[in-house]
Amino acid sequence: MTEVGTELPSVTFTITRADLVRYCGASGDFNVIHWNERVARAVGLPDVIAHGMYTMALAGRVVSQWAGDPGAVESYTVRFSRPVVVPDDEAGARLQVSAVVEELREDGRAVVALTATVDDAKVLMAARAVVRLP
Amino acid sequence: MPARVPPLGSPSFTSSTQERGARVPVNRDFIGRQYPASTTYEVGREHVRRFAEAIGDTAPASLDVEAARALGHPDVVAPPTFLTVLNFRFALEGPVADPALGLDYALVVHGEQSFELHRPVCAGDVLTSVQSVTDIKDAGRNELILTATEVTDAAGERVATLRSTIVSRGTAAPRPDRQEAS
Repeated sequence: MTEVGTELPSVTFTITRADLVRYCGASGDFNVIHWNERVARAVGLPDVIAHGMYTMALAGRVVSQWAGDPGAVESYTVRFSRPVVVPDDEAGARLQVSAVVEELREDGRAVVALTATVDDAKVLMAARAVVRLP
Repeated sequence: MPARVPPLGSPSFTSSTQERGARVPVNRDFIGRQYPASTTYEVGREHVRRFAEAIGDTAPASLDVEAARALGHPDVVAPPTFLTVLNFRFALEGPVADPALGLDYALVVHGEQSFELHRPVCAGDVLTSVQSVTDIKDAGRNELILTATEVTDAAGERVATLRSTIVSRGTAAPRPDRQEAS
């Protein structure tokens, strides 16, 4: 039974350089700051950073998996509050995502609020998804 | 040595070859401009699968046609953020890639993103879009470029509305009336 306050299963994702390269290819976003440490540092970033869209996509999995149908997600909005720095090692970055039902609407939709952190710092703000319930 | 970027056909995507540190404000004449896509974008079954795999999404309806049909979809269903692919395809002919905007892509980070899906996107969809620059404004020393992309299908029905805010780091014009924070 879904109600306001229902918590979705939280997930921890590991993000490595290889994941970013794969996402470059799948998305078409080849911005150098997502794969080239030298250029990332030259433009003032601490290291290579993940695509915001990749972080958004990973967090979105928590919602679509809960919904049981990726087609049930009707809207999804995030603000990227800090970059996800991805070091050149096997450990990568650890993205923790939790989500909670914030509102149940009369039209059969649930509004889900997401929290995404790396090293306890929020990397997404105001992250919300609207899901059509079965 | 300047970095080499894969040849994506757009000068802005090789912007890291530009001299750095110039940090020039972007051209605000672009506010309100609209960019209809020159072609259609066909959602391919294998691309949906490849995108799902790249984000580690194992939803059966994104990978398997029968699983998608069991949920009432005509073909595999794209993950909710899949249309970023379309956005990037058409960005190459949109404002962000126009050298006259003056954006150095290596200085860009993503600020906000929203997807409003009026219906699920499935393999076989033939989509087109109109991108528009809705606003350009300062945020401290950065500039924010707000764009909207209206996606429609072959029948002309609305499929999705994407809104992006991209941040051009450190390119806001110096303002004498404001103390420059570090």
